[in-house]
Amino acid sequence: MLEVRNISKTFNPGTINEKKALSGVSFTLADGDFCTVIGGNGAGKSTIMNAVAGVWPVDTGEILVDGVDVSGLPEHRRAPYFGRVFQDPMTGTAADMQIEENLALAARRGQRRTLKWGVTAKDRELYKKLLKTLDLGLEERMSSKVGLLSGGQRQALTLLMATMKKPKVLLLDEHTAALDPKTAAKVLDATDRIVNENKLTTLMITHNMRDAINHGNRLIMMNEGRIVYDVSGEEKKNLTVRDLLAKFEESGEELNDRMILS
Amino acid sequence: MGAYFSSLNPTALWNAAPGGLAQGLIWGIMALGVYMTFRVLNFADLTCDGSFALGGATAVMLILKGHSPEVVLLVSFAAGIAAGFVTGFLHTVLGIPDILAGILTQISLYSINLNIMGKANQAVPVGQVQVHFTSNIRYLGQTIALTLVVDVVIIMIYYFFLGTELGSAIRATGINPNMSRANGINTNAMKVLALMFGNGLVALSGGILSEYQGFADVKMGQGAIVIGLAAVIIGEVLALAMFGKRLDFVIRLTFTVVGAIVYYFVYVFVLWLKFPADDMKLLTAVVVAIFLAVPNLKEKRGNSFSGLKKRNAKLAAEIAGENAAGKEDQ
Repeated sequence: MLEVRNISKTFNPGTINEKKALSGVSFTLADGDFCTVIGGNGAGKSTIMNAVAGVWPVDTGEILVDGVDVSGLPEHRRAPYFGRVFQDPMTGTAADMQIEENLALAARRGQRRTLKWGVTAKDRELYKKLLKTLDLGLEERMSSKVGLLSGGQRQALTLLMATMKKPKVLLLDEHTAALDPKTAAKVLDATDRIVNENKLTTLMITHNMRDAINHGNRLIMMNEGRIVYDVSGEEKKNLTVRDLLAKFEESGEELNDRMILS
Repeated sequence: MGAYFSSLNPTALWNAAPGGLAQGLIWGIMALGVYMTFRVLNFADLTCDGSFALGGATAVMLILKGHSPEVVLLVSFAAGIAAGFVTGFLHTVLGIPDILAGILTQISLYSINLNIMGKANQAVPVGQVQVHFTSNIRYLGQTIALTLVVDVVIIMIYYFFLGTELGSAIRATGINPNMSRANGINTNAMKVLALMFGNGLVALSGGILSEYQGFADVKMGQGAIVIGLAAVIIGEVLALAMFGKRLDFVIRLTFTVVGAIVYYFVYVFVLWLKFPADDMKLLTAVVVAIFLAVPNLKEKRGNSFSGLKKRNAKLAAEIAGENAAGKEDQ
């Protein structure tokens, strides 16, 4: 369970670039919730993700995972709770390391790193099995450098890394935005499958309204650092793109081309 | 010109070669330390110049106090680790940029080294104390063999370390710190650890060199980073030429030492050509600049704006020529 209680964040306070990115955001995800987050540029979507992941401390408020307050923990100490996939396919993996080495790094998320050998034969077997589920042929290339993979392959691998050690919450930050439509659909399919199989609590940012509607059981819309619309259950199921556009206009959000075109 | 060539003595070059090999092997240890910070961690660490002399200064002073050579070198190693820790602290806790953090430690070590030695240089009383590494021609073979063993042992430990969970975490930190933190790696701790390990090796190398040359000088580390970089880069270019793109860490580390040996052979050769010793640092800088530039220039060839402009101009000229020829036919 993820509880976000009244968090606020202002960037560059007291300067000409001051930007109130989050103002008093609160929401709770129950176990197994798959929540999509939608909003225009600068609405605070990525900011909420970074706040939860601990990229920087929030100004005020609390973030609780299964009742444990993690808001005072630095990023690497929060990592045991969260699996993360980023917008840029380059961000989620170490390009100059092998596929199996990347998986080994992720497999030890939340553990002490010791002088034990990084990738054992037993690890390799497990990784092979996991890679097979992606159906990208990566299980035959486990000693290839990740830098040789395409963006879609890297995102799929990052998704696997984020979930191989079951996280309390899976954080997806527009993880298909940099991919072509066909690859994006594939990665989203894999996301749905992995989330369902492991019953993961998931927070997925997207700028694609159709994706936001078609995936998950809950939808949050943000504008100017606040949640302006929060819908779940039957209402969410019956939501259409037209409804969302209406909500956007209601909230005073200026529609940008990227959202209309998608 | 003729007089110059007749003044060169091939025997002298032959006699100088073993000394070059010994120095190359000793500086190879230093280069392995630079490899850790420069290549693995992706951190331009200028602490090296100071920690190299620190290793030399501690070694000589402890030898003078009558400690055994083994203990002395261990203390050199530990002193380097401490120096690396300081740079790491300045960088991670105090937020000072990498190059500046290294320079601050380096410059403070200059004073510290003067304090350790009490003056700018200290000699080891030859013949009165026992050392393992010596430039004495009678024991040079032994020194080379022993240094080779030390290099091999360090490469083996180093290779094993890079393959461990901890070593992988350091490598990931150097490649992608964001991803590392997302996977629970304390990137600051990894940076400090790598700086400690790297500077430990640099100081160990300084300690061995001061035994070898029989003295330590507060300026012995001056330009050490450039020699270390030269070794790393020469080694990489050679390894790439010999093994192609698929290099594992054993080859990379081995060729770092090979790079240092090649550097010292070139050094000996250039001195033999009666190149003024004062200009050696200039020469080193030029060599490093060339080796750093070659891969970039190679890539640029066939992938540059000016190249495209030339090709297009040539094509246009050809077409114009053909058109002109066509008109004549008509």
